[in-house]
Amino acid sequence: MAILINENTRILVQGFTGKIGTFHAEDMMKYGSKVVGGVTPGKGGQKHLGLPVFNTMKEAVQETQADASIIFVPPAFAADSIMEAADAGIKYCVAITDGIPTQDMMTVKNFLRRFPDDKRMVLTGPNCAGTISPGKSMLGIMPGHIYMPGNVGIVGRSGTLGYEAASQMKALGIGVSTSVGIGGDPINGSAHQVILEKFEQDPETEVIMMIGEIGGPQEVEAGLYAKANMKKPVVAYIAGLTAPQGRRMGHAGAIISSAGEGAAEKVAMLKECGVTICPTPAAMGETIAKVLANLG
Amino acid sequence: MDIHEYQAKEILSGYGVKIAEGGLAYSPEDAIQRAREIGGHVWAVKAQIHSGARGKAGGIKICKTHDEVEAAAEYLLGKRLVTHQTGPAGKVCSRLYVEAGTEIAKELYFSFLVDRSAERIVMIGSSQGGMDIEELAVSNPGAITKIHIEPAVGLQDYQARQMAFALGLDAEIISHAVKTIRGCYRALRELDCSMLEINPLVVTSNNELLALDAKMGFDDNALFRQQKISELRDKSQEDPREMAAADRGLSYVGLDGDIGCMINGAGLAMATMDMIKLAGGEPANFLDVGGGASPERTEKAFRLVLADSNVKAMLVNIFAGINRCDWIAEGVVHAVQKLDMKIPLIVRLSGTNVEEGRRIIAESGLPIITAETLAEAAEKAVQARNAVVSKGGC
Repeated sequence: MAILINENTRILVQGFTGKIGTFHAEDMMKYGSKVVGGVTPGKGGQKHLGLPVFNTMKEAVQETQADASIIFVPPAFAADSIMEAADAGIKYCVAITDGIPTQDMMTVKNFLRRFPDDKRMVLTGPNCAGTISPGKSMLGIMPGHIYMPGNVGIVGRSGTLGYEAASQMKALGIGVSTSVGIGGDPINGSAHQVILEKFEQDPETEVIMMIGEIGGPQEVEAGLYAKANMKKPVVAYIAGLTAPQGRRMGHAGAIISSAGEGAAEKVAMLKECGVTICPTPAAMGETIAKVLANLG
Repeated sequence: MDIHEYQAKEILSGYGVKIAEGGLAYSPEDAIQRAREIGGHVWAVKAQIHSGARGKAGGIKICKTHDEVEAAAEYLLGKRLVTHQTGPAGKVCSRLYVEAGTEIAKELYFSFLVDRSAERIVMIGSSQGGMDIEELAVSNPGAITKIHIEPAVGLQDYQARQMAFALGLDAEIISHAVKTIRGCYRALRELDCSMLEINPLVVTSNNELLALDAKMGFDDNALFRQQKISELRDKSQEDPREMAAADRGLSYVGLDGDIGCMINGAGLAMATMDMIKLAGGEPANFLDVGGGASPERTEKAFRLVLADSNVKAMLVNIFAGINRCDWIAEGVVHAVQKLDMKIPLIVRLSGTNVEEGRRIIAESGLPIITAETLAEAAEKAVQARNAVVSKGGC
C-alpha cells in the first residue's frame, strides 16, 4: 500500500532537461521509480535519458498516462509549473524548488481549491526533499538507500532531519511505509495534518513519526487533528529549541513570529494532544521502537 | 527584508497614504535644515533603525525649537538603541527622519499580514492604536478586527469600509480611509510585501487620517523581481556575518554560544543545535551549507564560523543526500589545513559515500575527532569545548 506513491506510479519530470532535473531523474530511475518522460517547453519531440520530452504537461499526460510529477523548475517559474500540472490532470505533484515567492504560493493554493475534491491534485513542497515509499518508488532527491521498507510513516518539513530519522530507524531494524517531505516554506502544498489523514487510512502504516520545527501553526493543528480523529499513535520531534525569536533559521517558514510558534510551546501543546514527544533528535529511532513495542 | 520608516512612508505616500511632511538627516546640521524646510513649531526627530518600539527605547524626540532638534540629532546619531525586537545587541542609528509634529485626536492600529493558517492575506485593525498588537491580542482580543482577503479577487471596498467603521472613524472620512486601505493593499501585492504595519494610524485634530509610523517587511524569495525594493536594503542594520554568508549563498545566523556549527539542511541544523544544548553546551551559530557543498563552499563556511572569536570548538554534521560525504571530507581536510585551524574539530558524516568520507578524514592525519551518531557528535563537541575552557585556552 503506502501513501501517495507506489510501484505503479508513473512520473513526469518538470524541468527535465536541466542539470538538476537530469541528475535526479537518473537517480530516481536507478532506484526503480517509473519515470515516463518529462517537460521542457521548446524541447518537445526530443529524447532525454531515453525518454520522451514534451512541450506541455497536457500533452505529456495524454501520451504517457502519467499520474505524478516532480518539479525542478527555477523559483520564478515554479508556481506556474505547479498549476500546469494540476490542470493537466496530475494526481500528485512534488515541488522540490526552493525560493518560490509567498504570494505565488497563495495563488497556487487558491488555484487548487477551485478543483472538485476528487479532481484536485495533491501537492507537497515546495522546498522539500520529496516522497519515498521504500522499495517501491522514489519521487524526490533523498538518498534512497537509507530507507528500509516497513510500517512507520514519516512526515516532516526538513529533508536532512527526515534522513536522520530514517537512518536511526534502520539501525534498529525499523522500516518506513512512506516518508513525505512537506517542505520548509511558510505556505506549502500539504500541511502535516493532510499527510496524517493519509497515513491513518493506510493499512501498511502502524505508527507516524512527525518532524516539525519552529514557526507557523501546522504542527499544533496536526496534533489537534490526531487527538480528535486518529487511532494510530503519533510520535513528534520539534526542532529549534535554541532558535531566537524573529530570526529566519534557514527555511523561509522557520521563524518564530508570534506566541505559540516556539519549539517548547509546540511540544507542550502536542503533549496535551496525546502525541508522544521525542526528547532529543537523537532519540527518534528509540522512541519509535518503544511505541511499536507497545503496539505488540 | 526590512526597510526604514522613512522608506516605507515614501512608498506608501506613492500609493495614496497621507503622511506628515518630513525629511532625512545624516547630521545635526541636516536635521535643523529639514526642520526649517518643514516649518511650524513642533518636530519629531526619529531614529531610523530596523525595529518597532523605538519610542519606548528613547529613539523618538519631540522638539519645539531648532536647538532642541539639533540636541536630539546629536544625541541619537551613532546611538545604539535596544528594543525588545533588536535583541540585547541593539541597532545603531545612523539616519534620522525629521517630521512635522502632528496634533493627534485618536490613535489606531492597522496592518496587513500573511496568515499562514488561512494561506491568505489578513487585514488587522484596532481602535486602540499605539500599543503593541501582540499585547493587545492577549489583553483585549475583542478590540481587534481581522478580515481575510480572497486572493483571486483581492480586497473589496466593502471590506475596507467594514474595517474603517470597526476603527470607529467618522462617516466623513470613511472614503479617505477606504482609499488609504486600498493603497496599502496595492503596495503589499505589487511589491511582494509580507507585512505592512501602520502603528499608529492617527486621526488628526483636523479630522484627517495620517500614517504616523510605517513598517514594511518584504518576502526575501521575491526580491529577484523587486529590484527597487532590493536597493533599499540598509546593510548597516544587519549582522555583517549574516550578510557575508548570504553573499556566499550560505544561510547563517549568529548566536551567543561558543560551539561553532556547520550542517547541511535547516532542520538538521536546528536539531544539532538542540543536541548541543541538551549536552550542556551553547551553539555559536546556525549555518546551513545546503546541498552540493563543494570544497570551496566548505572552506567559506569554515571561514565564517571561525571568524567568530567566541568559538572554542567546531562541529560539522553532514547527512549527505545530494551532498557526498567524500566531497565534504575533502573540503573539511582542505579547510583545516589552509586555515591552520587551532581549535578542536568534531566531524560526523552520514549518508551517501560515508565510508569513503570517513577514510579521507582518518588518512588525513589531522587531529579531527570523529563521531558516528548525532548524540555522540554533540557530546564530543561539548567535551572538547569544556577541555579548551578549563585549560584557559583561546
